[in-house]
Amino acid sequence: MNVITANRLLDGEVVWLGDNGHWSETLQGAKVLESAEDVAEHMAIAKQAIADRFVVEAYEMAVKHEDGKLVPVRYREVIRAAGPTILPGLGKQAKPVAV
Amino acid sequence: MYRYDEFDHSFVNQRTEQFKDQVRRRIAGELTEDEFKPLRLMNGLYLQLHAYMLRVAIPYGTLNSRQMRKLAHIARTYDRSYGHFTTRQNIQFNWPKLEDTPAILEELAEVEMHAIQTSGNCIRNVTADHFAGAAADEIADPRPYAEILRQWSSLHPEFSFLPRKFKIAITGAPHDRAAVQVHDIGLQLTRNEAGEIGFVVFVGGGLGRTPMVGRKVRDFLPEEDILAYSEAILRVYNQYGRRDNKYKARIKILVHETGLEELKKDIEAEFEKIRYDVLRLPNEEVRRIEAYFAPPALEVLADTDPEFEERKASDPAFAQFAKNNLNPHRVPGHSSVTLSMKPIGGIPGDASDVQMDIIADLAKTYGHDEIRISHEQNVILPHVAIRDLPAIFDVLVEHNMAEGNAGLITDIIACPGMDYCALATARSIPVAQEISERFGKAERQAEIGELKIKISGCINACGHHHVGHIGILGLDKKGEEFYQVTLGGSADENTSVGQIVGRGFSSDKVVDAIETLVDTYIDLRQDKDETFLEAYRRVGEDPFKEALYGVG
Ligand code: SF4
Repeated sequence: MNVITANRLLDGEVVWLGDNGHWSETLQGAKVLESAEDVAEHMAIAKQAIADRFVVEAYEMAVKHEDGKLVPVRYREVIRAAGPTILPGLGKQAKPVAV
Repeated sequence: MYRYDEFDHSFVNQRTEQFKDQVRRRIAGELTEDEFKPLRLMNGLYLQLHAYMLRVAIPYGTLNSRQMRKLAHIARTYDRSYGHFTTRQNIQFNWPKLEDTPAILEELAEVEMHAIQTSGNCIRNVTADHFAGAAADEIADPRPYAEILRQWSSLHPEFSFLPRKFKIAITGAPHDRAAVQVHDIGLQLTRNEAGEIGFVVFVGGGLGRTPMVGRKVRDFLPEEDILAYSEAILRVYNQYGRRDNKYKARIKILVHETGLEELKKDIEAEFEKIRYDVLRLPNEEVRRIEAYFAPPALEVLADTDPEFEERKASDPAFAQFAKNNLNPHRVPGHSSVTLSMKPIGGIPGDASDVQMDIIADLAKTYGHDEIRISHEQNVILPHVAIRDLPAIFDVLVEHNMAEGNAGLITDIIACPGMDYCALATARSIPVAQEISERFGKAERQAEIGELKIKISGCINACGHHHVGHIGILGLDKKGEEFYQVTLGGSADENTSVGQIVGRGFSSDKVVDAIETLVDTYIDLRQDKDETFLEAYRRVGEDPFKEALYGVG
């Protein structure tokens, strides 16, 4: 299970590719990609978004389901999806919509 | 302190305008990310884990209150109200927007600051002893030479595309507080028998993947030759340094692979060719630059002060602060004060906008408008009258910068690690915080004495773990954070690279392991005066290994 992630060009915000080419600010809005073809097709959408100057540095990352939620497999991505572990008041974790 | 001349002003303004235009072209689609990335990096703008990060240069760690206020203002206006002092005496902002960076650079230029030479394969900002110009043991202020090197290296056409980044450090005292032996070029001011100023020169030191202590190539380099000799080193490096493999591209590898004697010959040969040419430094030029760094006129005062002594006797926290956070000043009755950016359980090197404003106020009121950032991620007021210390301390207490822990176990260097850094393999800051909590009691810290712990979140070693008396390196072991411990490192005049003590520890065990090491040291030290490092050098690693892993 994979999703595609990137940073928004203008403000650097971490985003994930959702449905219909929409980029979500939360991991829960990401479109889960099961097959290699699925990933390839969505990477093409991401490349276009890079060309359109919406995002930069897109890549795929592994996720899993835990308690009905999407969770990154790598700890690095867990931190990236939430914010610095040392400052819970900053980053996505501090926003009203939970990650 | 150094003031921009016309050339500097126009250079920085041009660069700011240029970057403003580059950002505009990027946003308008005239530049792709591949084209833009090297340009933004040349201006200190990185993309990190959560956001962009802007690294602002504080050349040789020196700034005044106006500049510090500007940093506070930037933190408040464009970031999330804090900044992070780095091990290269710079400051990083962790959340700037790309679209705001031209405005930030403009604001910085207003106070003669910029983000140039904080990134990329160029000669990086020169670092220096944070007590420069104040320390009692100083031979001469190293900053004029650092500034001369800066002027020579900024935009040097031959050296803006080196095989790898290149770092120079300089110290003015026999006791090295600038870690010169772990830099590509390390310079230590000295005097020859005739009393003339010159430099001991080290080449090829560095940390990272392959840590190496710099090798001495000159016992005495005359002052006027500093640029020609540095240029000779850079030219030899530029010619022979490996560009095929990023991990082998630093000059330390060249020293290692070519051999010191061979390389020395090449450097000396190149030096002979250029030594009497334009790079020879006229005495008037050194004196002219030196004048910018003229020390404030300080009144000679009594060595101590009754109110200061009284406060020490009645307030243990103040006594601890006075014991650890003051460095002897060359003018009687004065001191250089370390403001601790390492509160117990806090984030090493972080400062809020409010704290930055307070530091600026203190510098203005009590410190002749001078501030320094140390590579140990603390803030220094270099020129303070001892009689003013109680008043300064009261302000520091109020703003959480009064921990009397300089040089002690809770004065930990930690890189940003995986909480911010895109390259990290593990977190550093939470380990530092846990150690700080564990050993935070004043009596416990005092009992342990001098002990430098340094933590990096990956092999790049920005947290200088190789030269920690105890070093901690965060790694990724099958998806889990995992910490390797080294012992016996040091970055002073007796520099050594720490040795790995054995297998590493998981994140929930590593602080216990540190405690075992500390307790082992306390048990085996000869007396209270024998520091951790001295004890380790005397007994070797065996007792520590045994305490951690048992016999055999
Ligand atoms: S040591 Fe590694 S993790 Fe730490 S700041 Fe440097 S690159 Fe990042």
